[in-house]
Amino acid sequence: MAYNHKVELSKPERFVGGHRLCAGCGAGITCRAMMRALDPGDKAVVTNATGCLEVSSFLYPYTAWEDSYIHSAFENASATCGGVEAAYNALKRKGKIKENYKFLTIGGDGGTYDIGFQSLSGAMERGHDMVYFCYDNEAYMNTGIQRSSSTPRFASATTSPAGTVSNGKKQNKKDLTEIMAAHAIPYVAQTTFIGNFKDFHQKAHRAIYTPGPAFVNVMAPCPRGWQYPAHLLPDICRMAVETCVWPLYEVIEGRYYLSYVPRKKLPVEEFMKLQGRFRHCFSRGNEWTIEAAQHYVDEKWEKLLAKCE
Amino acid sequence: MSIRDRLSGNEAIAYAMRQINPDVFAAFPITPSTEIPQYFAQYVADGKVDTEYVTVESEHSSMSTCIGAAAAGARAVTATSSAGLAFMYEVLYVAASSRLPITLACVNRTLTGPININNDHSDSMGARDTGWIQIYAENNQEAYDNYLQAMRISETPDVRLPIMICQDGFITSHAVENILLEEDDAVKAFVGEWDPEHALIGRDHPLAVGPYDTCPYCMEHNVQQAEAMKNAKRAVLEVAADFERTFGRHYGFFESYRMEDAEVALVLIGSTAGTAKACVEKLRAEGVKAGLIKVRVFRPFPFEEIAEALSGVKAVAVMDKSEGYSGAGGPLFAEVRSACYDLKDRPEMIDVVFGLAGRDCAVGDIERVYRHLLKIVTTGETGPRYIHMGQRTSEKEVL
Amino acid sequence: MSISAKNINEHSPWQEMTPGGEIYEGGTARLTKTGEWRSDVPVWDPVKCRQCLLCAPFCPDSSIPVVEGKRLDFDFDHCKGCGICWNVCPFQAIEMKKEVRE
Repeated sequence: MAYNHKVELSKPERFVGGHRLCAGCGAGITCRAMMRALDPGDKAVVTNATGCLEVSSFLYPYTAWEDSYIHSAFENASATCGGVEAAYNALKRKGKIKENYKFLTIGGDGGTYDIGFQSLSGAMERGHDMVYFCYDNEAYMNTGIQRSSSTPRFASATTSPAGTVSNGKKQNKKDLTEIMAAHAIPYVAQTTFIGNFKDFHQKAHRAIYTPGPAFVNVMAPCPRGWQYPAHLLPDICRMAVETCVWPLYEVIEGRYYLSYVPRKKLPVEEFMKLQGRFRHCFSRGNEWTIEAAQHYVDEKWEKLLAKCE
Repeated sequence: MSIRDRLSGNEAIAYAMRQINPDVFAAFPITPSTEIPQYFAQYVADGKVDTEYVTVESEHSSMSTCIGAAAAGARAVTATSSAGLAFMYEVLYVAASSRLPITLACVNRTLTGPININNDHSDSMGARDTGWIQIYAENNQEAYDNYLQAMRISETPDVRLPIMICQDGFITSHAVENILLEEDDAVKAFVGEWDPEHALIGRDHPLAVGPYDTCPYCMEHNVQQAEAMKNAKRAVLEVAADFERTFGRHYGFFESYRMEDAEVALVLIGSTAGTAKACVEKLRAEGVKAGLIKVRVFRPFPFEEIAEALSGVKAVAVMDKSEGYSGAGGPLFAEVRSACYDLKDRPEMIDVVFGLAGRDCAVGDIERVYRHLLKIVTTGETGPRYIHMGQRTSEKEVL
Repeated sequence: MSISAKNINEHSPWQEMTPGGEIYEGGTARLTKTGEWRSDVPVWDPVKCRQCLLCAPFCPDSSIPVVEGKRLDFDFDHCKGCGICWNVCPFQAIEMKKEVRE
């Protein structure tokens, strides 16, 4: 299905302005693009984990969503969505519902990688016909930028701050996309905001319209948490992809497909230097952190290339 | 026409669920409620129900699944006990504050550790502030009858609160007793259908559930919920009246057994009532004016009604089958005593915490309580207000 | 009669609020003018603009309306002035200026 940018952007907005997300927030961009991936005429129910997006997009009595929406708690968005989907199946079977609905769950890395992990794994394993979109901003942003398992190594977060005896987060970023692929669900993808959004759109569309569970991991930069001037978001996303920090790929029925190979793979500093959370990596004596980060990215990239068709 | 059968409490609940044919069943096992999802799974496997059976990976997820399903306009049910109920603790509040009718079969098992699988009420008592309607059963018949009434109470438009139907683990859930079952068509007609005005799906407008409520709004929503719990009192009696008209069995907030002229009385919840009734008969034969109140509806708490029932009684022992660790008595004692505060003729009232973690309570044990109450009446000395019964001890205890 | 979001505010008594915090309409967030948050404001030059629409998907606040394949001027009721669109425009058709309020 060819991507027609103008047609897609002309669709009526299903995530409207007036929400309370920060200026320049990656989560807002994610939601708009996610909802654009729905075919016109298809209804949706959005389930949302507690976090920046939830408190900002449904603050009583203001909902930024044109579709039905449910938030129940922080760690259970997937189970809640499973309940909505089960109800849909039951009511459709009884002839009480006629229309087509799609079930989209969205949560930050906190509610997805960590506290929501069990719920996500269970729902994916059960095979609900749903899509989980993670807006990955690499920390618990809503509570004030605490580290999550998604925070990259060396990033400074409020519970893993850089200091005189610390260089930020000690552990490497958990690879949730790989964990989801290991669940053997029909479709898994990694994407972010590049160019005309064709990559995001095609992946989101495929995820929504593949029967069964699907998972889409979206790198969604956060100007406050990553410490950069808000307008730099597109540069950060571009650098994440060109340095192979955040490869764009899909796993379709267990087979790996790379979406983009950088013509010239840039050094990881090009990504890190744009963000204040890595500032300490550039102090004298800390060159080893950048080398370690480069080594880590290189290893992961090689492993991914080996898996891809 | 009722059908005579012999079922355990768990079988009876599963049977009722089959007759109701809910839309979604979120299943996770925990002793002693495990049999309920198992029996129901067989109904599903044999095509006897149309239910979407969701085998979740934890109890937090089973309640979350019910929340999603109920918000979507479907009848959602689950069953649990003890730590399972505790694991759902956070979302029990959400189910109530989101005003979703969900029915939970609670097979009471102790929560206060160390881990033990036997009966007491600490699990559902621990959830008494969650905003759920709580109804308790003495035996399998009551468990079945309460379950048939649950959804209509819960779905009442000015109530819209989730409901837990409780029975004593192992004592009621696993013991096979005689029971009167109702016919499938009669049950379907009594329970009816649920078609809420608003739902996430299938309506001509969207629904948004679960907002972030800033301070100017949150207390108002809480007050709405408090009003709904008050309305539940009326709904309980309305549904009970219709139940009696339809099936012939009477239910209220509590059962008053031989209370007309009682001078000494017990107030308690659950299967111990059966034992206590046997003791009351024994004492009555001796001319003792003994009576018993078996509380059925704990939430909403029948404040005025219990006080009225105890007015004029000389000495009351509230029997708590859960230890709330308040240092001053169990949860039933606190609420009953508070209800009686306004009485001109207040009975002497003590709390007996008993039967924890399935510690057996026989007719003889109940008799000791009544004899103690009689001593209170004759001597005029109430003694300690908060005592335990049934534990081994090296000190001299009151009971 | 279901209560509408536009009739709910911080003076509403509990009897005039929706039970459980439900809302029965979509997009009620439009009622909030987040444009008031701005310190920087984008200025669109429709002459320089080639209607490539590369800015439109990048706006977190749905403040670049697009109708039948063409973008219109910004939705100043909701634009927060983040500047992403200015950064992304290949034709310098967007400039960021300081917001001036009366």
